[in-house]
This record gives sequence, structure tokens and C-alpha cells, in this order.
Amino acid sequence: MTLLDVKNLAVNFPTADGVVKAVRGVSFSVDAGRTLGIVGESGSGKTVLTQTLLGLTPGGDVSGQALFDGTDLLALTDDEMRKVRGAQISVIFQDPLTSLHPLYKVGWQIEEMIRVHDRSVSRKEATDRAVDLLEKVGIPQAKQRVNDYPHQFSGGMRQRAMIAMALSLSPKLIIADEPTTALDATVQAQILDLLLRLQQESNTALIMITHDLGVVADIADNVMVMYAGRAAETASKHDIFYQPHHPYTKGLLESIPGSSAGAERLKPISGQPPSLIRLPPGCAFHPRCTYVMDRCLTEEPKLVAVGSAGAHRSACFLPVSAIGLGGDTEELRKKAVSEHRRAAAAEVAEKIAAAPESEGSVIV
Amino acid sequence: MSVTELEFQAQQVETAPEQAILGRSQWQLTWRRLLHDKMAVASFIVILIIALLAILAPVVAGLLGHGPYQAFSGKGLSADGLPVAPGTNGFILGTDYIGRDLLVRILYGARISLFVGLTTTAMATVAGVLVGLVAGYYGGWVDTVLARFIDAVLAFPFIVLALALAAIYGSSLLIVIGVITFFAWAGISRIVRGQTLSLKEKEYIEAARSLGAGPWRIMIIDILPNLMGPVLVLATLYIPTAIVVEATLSFLGIGIPAPTASWGVILSEAQQFYQVSWWYVVFPAAALLITTLAFNLLGDGIRDAMDPRTERLFAGSKRRKRRARKTAAAEPGALPPLTVSELGE
Amino acid sequence: MSETLPRDAAAGTIRDPDFEDDVLVRVDNLVKHFPVKAGGLISRTVGQVQAVDGVSLQIGRGQTVGLVGETGCGKSTLARCIAGLIPVTSGKVTFEGQDITNLSRRAMRPYRREIQMIFQDPYGSLNPRRRVGAIIGDPFTIHRTATGAERKKAVQELMERVGLNPEHYNRFPAEFSGGQRQRIGVARALALRPKLIICDEPVSALDVSIQAQVLNLLADLQADFGLSYLFIAHDLSVVQHVSSAVVVMYLGRVAEQGQKDQVYTSPRHPYSAALLSAAPAADPEAAAARHRIILTGDVPSPINPPSGCRFHPRCPKAQELCSQQDPALENKAGDPPTHLTACHFPVQADEDLARVGRREPR
Repeated sequence: MTLLDVKNLAVNFPTADGVVKAVRGVSFSVDAGRTLGIVGESGSGKTVLTQTLLGLTPGGDVSGQALFDGTDLLALTDDEMRKVRGAQISVIFQDPLTSLHPLYKVGWQIEEMIRVHDRSVSRKEATDRAVDLLEKVGIPQAKQRVNDYPHQFSGGMRQRAMIAMALSLSPKLIIADEPTTALDATVQAQILDLLLRLQQESNTALIMITHDLGVVADIADNVMVMYAGRAAETASKHDIFYQPHHPYTKGLLESIPGSSAGAERLKPISGQPPSLIRLPPGCAFHPRCTYVMDRCLTEEPKLVAVGSAGAHRSACFLPVSAIGLGGDTEELRKKAVSEHRRAAAAEVAEKIAAAPESEGSVIV
Repeated sequence: MSVTELEFQAQQVETAPEQAILGRSQWQLTWRRLLHDKMAVASFIVILIIALLAILAPVVAGLLGHGPYQAFSGKGLSADGLPVAPGTNGFILGTDYIGRDLLVRILYGARISLFVGLTTTAMATVAGVLVGLVAGYYGGWVDTVLARFIDAVLAFPFIVLALALAAIYGSSLLIVIGVITFFAWAGISRIVRGQTLSLKEKEYIEAARSLGAGPWRIMIIDILPNLMGPVLVLATLYIPTAIVVEATLSFLGIGIPAPTASWGVILSEAQQFYQVSWWYVVFPAAALLITTLAFNLLGDGIRDAMDPRTERLFAGSKRRKRRARKTAAAEPGALPPLTVSELGE
Repeated sequence: MSETLPRDAAAGTIRDPDFEDDVLVRVDNLVKHFPVKAGGLISRTVGQVQAVDGVSLQIGRGQTVGLVGETGCGKSTLARCIAGLIPVTSGKVTFEGQDITNLSRRAMRPYRREIQMIFQDPYGSLNPRRRVGAIIGDPFTIHRTATGAERKKAVQELMERVGLNPEHYNRFPAEFSGGQRQRIGVARALALRPKLIICDEPVSALDVSIQAQVLNLLADLQADFGLSYLFIAHDLSVVQHVSSAVVVMYLGRVAEQGQKDQVYTSPRHPYSAALLSAAPAADPEAAAARHRIILTGDVPSPINPPSGCRFHPRCPKAQELCSQQDPALENKAGDPPTHLTACHFPVQADEDLARVGRREPR
């Protein structure tokens, strides 16, 4: 059952330097009880995307539609949005130290959350619920710790407290924005473990935003890879990792240490993410793409179905059957490129090959 | 698509990434925001006008034919020997108790106020920054000693000191400047010390130390430029304080000695005459008020211009309207709420 | 316990004769405690943060030693002690045989040219008010090795070497992306041709696709200039890629150290094993198949470290002995001589810690 259906979401920010097109027409959906991993680097628009869903973007021009259980989130007034936040959709932020109020006890913050949404709940009831929640997320001695301040918790504990707060009203959807980036690996493992378990228990949908493909490999069901404000590729977890189509996805997977199997040099993606004010014409990724073709310089590729299953979509002009990391697929790609690359695209390809950081990469 | 069109597009590709957003230094961003702040601009214009008038005081005096010390007992005083009202006998703002042109005296008073305000602030800033930097950076016993000294100075009652000095040496401009500077530097120093303490922990300071930079190099080249913003705001906001303190001291008779025209002196004289000569109080007081207000507003404006976050609050209230309209274009001429570097992601 | 190699009784390290003449930096039993002060008018010391509590290691010429550990393990503090940025409580740091522990600023100055640092935060490690050319030129100015036009030329050469456009000499750091700023930091560190560069999490704050660029750059520079790196990171796959030797730290002590393959393929310390199993892998099938060792609880505070082995409250294999006696860092039976572990009950080859009795959260 589709819980959240986003169609063509676009967010622009007018600034002194020009219009920043942070999100440029993104569509995706999340089913109840399932996890969508949104992967992207700086400037991909992933944070603005989810903040916009909750009405947390100041100063932005928003267009598009975001149907949550039938209601368009983007058309709600501030008051209506406030009712949705926390109760229907809650958020876990990256840095619990700054998202928990430092001057109020943790328990009080959770209680406040509960009571703001439901005035009929008494103080005592709210406190009991807070203690329950803290226990549920694995904070030892919850009865005492409910009276502690955020700075008395360790990083992992604070994040657990944030998760408790996010769960307090049993929302249907949790948006987690890089919740484990600031945590150590062992604590991260604990938190992801916890999130998975809680999600299964209460059938909550989860959107996990991260730049870490390892986190996605762990807990996502479906993955959306974002680049420069648009979706580059969306697929099931298996397809994204083992049958990637988009050169950006492929590049990301290949640039991770450990994937080059002990090779001396890593295979980076050359260049850096584009400015969101002056985007390159055509496909935003083309100045960094090893498979750049003529079309890529002038037309922006739309998200089309690739591979066999219907859920795998990629915004690229490479042949739809060119999915995966195998040798035959590589041949397919090279063939397409040799047929469709003339002067202009060839120049771009040469530039990419000549860039110092491309040494070690395979330029087609 | 023809080859030439493709090549054109390719060139665009080449140049587009190079047209990186010309990063603006902190000052350029602040300046731009400041220019959009109507209050700050208005205050700045007022200050310029006051400064201009102060500089041109002798010219005005010449034009009117009334010097600042010229007492016109004839046309300047009424039959009862009281000051004449504004507009009579060519005295635009009236006269004072011995028939001197009030306007001219006020303009000359502006000279004193601005001079005292600017010199004391300048000297106090230099001294305060120096002490604050050293105390904040070195820490340890140096900091303890200096910090206690700053606290002692701040706690000292300056009027008592002024009184004492005036009693010994007689009141003078020099003493006024000395006293005000002596107390102003401590306040600046305390803030600079605080800023230095936090800046000291920044990674680029650690990097400088790892390169082998000595403490003075780090203080002057690395820390000081980052202090300039808050120091500028502080200094701009200290000027009116200095002006008011000078006026206060002169009002009490332990500041600038009469017959020099200082606003405080004029107000002191006006104590006995305000019931019959309202202009004697109103105009110098208004001059004082406008000047201090202008500097305060300018200082506030600079502080707001330096902190981009205040703008997001305003941008938020526009959000509701934008949502309803869902337009993509911003109204031309509207103040853009954010610059690229502030967007974060 | 078979040792065919001489043991340094004082430092507890094994000296590998292959490296003996090529040891650049040697750290002997380094201890760094930070006093915890309380009190109003006159502050008293009420405790000690035992940030680094007896660490010995060595870095060879042209070698990359990876230092891994989590928050509170002391790796950053250790790095700063080696770089001479903070005074050492006890222990010794030697550089090319010379004792550089706690030297005065003046005496340390020549060594500053040899030991450099790259910092984690590309946004915090550069002074935002200064131009990039000035920042990279700092080493030349401070050590008076080049001035004026000569310096500018040297700086621009450095910029080119690290992949920056030399025409951007006069720009401010804010005009560069995170990866580019990190390159600026590298250029600054490289200016005086140091022998050792301490990299404190140099790529942690960068995007994945940029990380690979910077790592390649660091590898190139090492090959060209014969640099040694002390590479601190929490990302195990990055450390695996760059290092030849690895040191795993926990709460101020070394838990395990050895050649990279030794530690990664057969970790002997339960903590190393847990760390390795917790590292996210960008491979769903591997992630699902992995037996993840989930440790209970959080890292304890370095002010009050647990008695005996510091890891024992969270260790799936802990027994009585562990809370009483601190294990020494030594070579365990069956391990190559350079592979040292500090554990009473090291992980055996066929043991799966994920199945060993789990402790309940306290």
C-alpha cells in the first residue's frame, strides 16, 4: 500500500546570485512498512527534499505534489502541517546534540511532544509513556535517565532518545536524515539494528537519507540515488548494487575503497558536483561522465524503465539493457558511446580523461 | 542539431563550471545586506549630515554673523534679560542665557561630541583589542591577571574618578577623553577576550601552530581578522556611549569647561532657564538624541548585516503566501533572503 | 609465545629488523592525561581524563600506519602529541632518533618542517578571512624559506601539484568545495617537503566520490616524495586501502596492531573483530551474510576507565580475569611476530563472536 507518493517535487531558492534549483522534479513513492534509502552527496537535494515534505524549508518556492495518505502535504497550512509533524510523520536528524533542546530534560521533551498533540494526556501518563519509550529504544535505567539532560547522554544514547521521540506518537512514516553519520561504527550498527527492529514491530515506513552506501545496503528495501536535485536512478536494493545502470551510481560503487579489490588506485568520479544555480546544459552529470554522448550535452534524460523488472528506473541515455557491472554490459555501453559520440561530446570526454583526478579511472 | 550548434553547446559546457559563483568575502556580503537595510542607511546619512554640519560650523557662524562665543546682549536677550525665542532677530534656534546663538553653539557642540566620541572609541578599541587578544590567547596566569584587571576597571565608578581629577587638575577636554577611554577599553577588551577564547580552539589556529607560527603571528594574522566584525559593531555602539558620557560630565561641570560649547554644558546652563526658554533644553537635547540614536541604529544595522540568520526568520513569514501561490519567480527587487554559501547543502 | 625477534622490555614493542634503520618516528609508552578541574576561585584537579594511556608504535620511512578507533580512544590526542601540539604527560616521542618530546617552541621549530598535519574539517582548518595563496604560503613565510615572487611561484606549483587551478591564488576558502579545501590543506602541509604527514581523518567529511580523489592524491604524493603517513580514520575500508600497518585503539590503549592483512583477516582482539564486523559494507549480500557482533552499551568515559582490561564491560568473551588484570600488548601464539594483541582470551580462528553469550544492557 503506497503511503507516500511524491510527484514532480521542485524547490527553488531565489538568492542574490541567482535561483538555486535545489530539487528539480523528483518523483518517488514509499510503501507502508518499507524502507526507502535516498543516497546523494552534497548538492544532491536530498535534505531539502525531505525538509520540504515537512514544510521546513524557509524561503523556498515549492511546486509539485506529495500525497501522504491521500493528503497533499505541500498544500497544507502551517497549522495543519504542525498536526502532521510528529504524529503522522516524524523526523530524526543527524546531530541529536543540536536537535534536542539542551536546557530541558530529555523526558520532558518527549512528554511535551506527546501532550502537545493530545491535550487529554495527563502529566503522569506522558511520563510513563516516555519511560516506556526510552526502554524500548534500549536506554538502560530509563526511569532515572528520563530526568537527565541531553548533555548527560552519550552520542549513541542521544540518538536513541531522538528515535524515542520520533516514535512517541506512533507515526506512519519516519524520515531519518543521516541519523548515524556522526556516530561510531559500532554505535551505528546498534542504531540501525534498533531502527530495523522498531520498524518491523510497528510497521512504520522509513525514509533513510544518507551518503553512506553501506548503510543503504544494510537496511533499505528500495533505493533512490539523487544527483544535482534529481533522481538519477531508483531501484530495489539488489538492483542498485548489482545491476546499476546510471554511470553515477556505477561511479559511486566503484569509488568506494574495498571495491577495487586491493588495487593501488581508487577509481574516483572526476570533477565535483555542479553549482545548482548554473547547472550544465542537458544532463547535469555529463561533465563527469565517462560515457558521455552527444545527446547528453543538450537533452536532459528522463527517468525511464531499465532492466527487466518495472521498478528499476534510470535517467540516462545509455541502452536500457546496459545494467550491471559485468564485461558484456561494459561492451554494450562502449558500443553505444562509440556510435553516439561526435565532436562536442568527444571534447568533454577528453577533458574528463585529462583531469588529474581521473588517473586510474577507465575512460571510455 | 547542426555541428556548430553542438560546438556552441560544448563551449557552454566548458565555461559553465568555470563560472563558479564568485565567492564573496564576508565584508562584501555584509555590505550588500547593509545597503538593503533602510534604517541603517538612513542612520548613516544622518551621521554624515551631522558630521558635515560640524565641519561647516564656522561657515555657518560666518554666514549668520554669530560666533560661538559672541554674546549679543542687545538683540540676543529680551527686555527682561532672558534668551530670545527661535526665529527672532536672526537667531534661528534662539539664544542662550547671555545672548549667544544657540544654533551655532549646538553646531560647535557637535564638533566636540563627534571628536570625543571618535577619538575615545578609536583609542579604546586599539587598547581593548590588544589586551583582549593577549588575555584570551595566552590564557593561564596572564589571562587571570588581565581579566581581573578588566573587571576592576569595569567596576570602578567613573564619575568619582572624573570628579577627583577635575578637582586636582581642573576640568578639561584632555581629562574627559582620558577618563572615557580608560573605561571604554575594558568593555571592548572583555568581549574581545571572549571571542579570542573561542577562536583559539578553531582548527586553523591549530594548523598555524603546527606550522610553527608564533603567538604574535597567530594573534595578528589569524585571530584578529576574525574579530574585526564584532569589534566594528562594538565600536560603532560605543561612540554614542562616549558622547553621552562626555555630555554627562560636562553637564555636571567636571567635563569640558565653559565657555566651550558642548551639548552637556549647554544643557547644564539650561537648567535654570528651561521654564521660560524651552528651546534652550529642547534643541541641544534633540541634537544629542538624534546623534546617539543614529549611531545606535547604525551599529544594530551592522550587527544584523553580519548575521545572516536573522533574514531567514523574515523569509519564513513569506512562506505561507508563496505556498498558496506556488509561483516560481520571485518579485524583482525583493531582497533575496539567502546567498548560496548560506544554504548549506 | 614464540619470539625470535628481540623484545624491547621497556616499550613492549617488537622491533622489526627490516625497519630498524628506517624508523622515522618512534613513540614509547606515551601517556597524556588532561586534568579535570573544579572549584570556583581556586580550581582544584578532581580527576584525570586518561586520553592516551601508554601507547607505543613506530612509523617507518615511506610507510603508512593506519590508526583506527572510535570516539574517546585517544587517536586524535595521540596524533597531536606526536606533532608536538600538546605537551605529553609522560613517555617519549623520537623523530629520526632525536627526542622531540615536550621541546620548547623554539627547539621544536626545525621539526615543524618535517612533521606536518592535515585536518579533518575542510571548513574549519582554513582561516576564512585569508586568501588561499596566503594560507598555502604560510609555511614559507613562517620559516623564511621564500618570499615575494618566489613564494608565489612555489605556492602556485603546489596548487597545481594537488590538482587546484593556480589562478585561484587570490580566492577565499569559501569559494572552494570541500574536496578542494582539503587539497588546499594538503598543499599547505606539503610546502616544506616534510617527511611525515599526520592525517587526522582527512576524508571523513568529504563526499564519497571526492574521497577517492583525495586518497589517490595522497598516494601519489607519497610515491613522489617518499612521505610517511600516520593515517587516522574511523572508516575501516579507507584505512585498509591506504595503510600497510594498522593500530587499533580503545580508550587510550592499543588493543591490537600489526600488518594490515594480519589485523583485517584475523583480528584477535574482540574489539577489533566487533569493529570489523560493524563496518558497513556496500554489498547487500555480504551485509546480510555477515555475523555482526553488536556490542552492548557505549564507550565508557576516559575519566573513569574500567578496571583491568578497559574493554571488559562490553566484551562478549570477558571473564573474571579481565576485570582484574590489564592484558599486556604482546604477540599471541600462532601469530606473525609483528601482530600484537592486548587480550587475555584472544579470538580464535574458528570462533564466531556473534554467537558468544551476549551481555544484557545494564
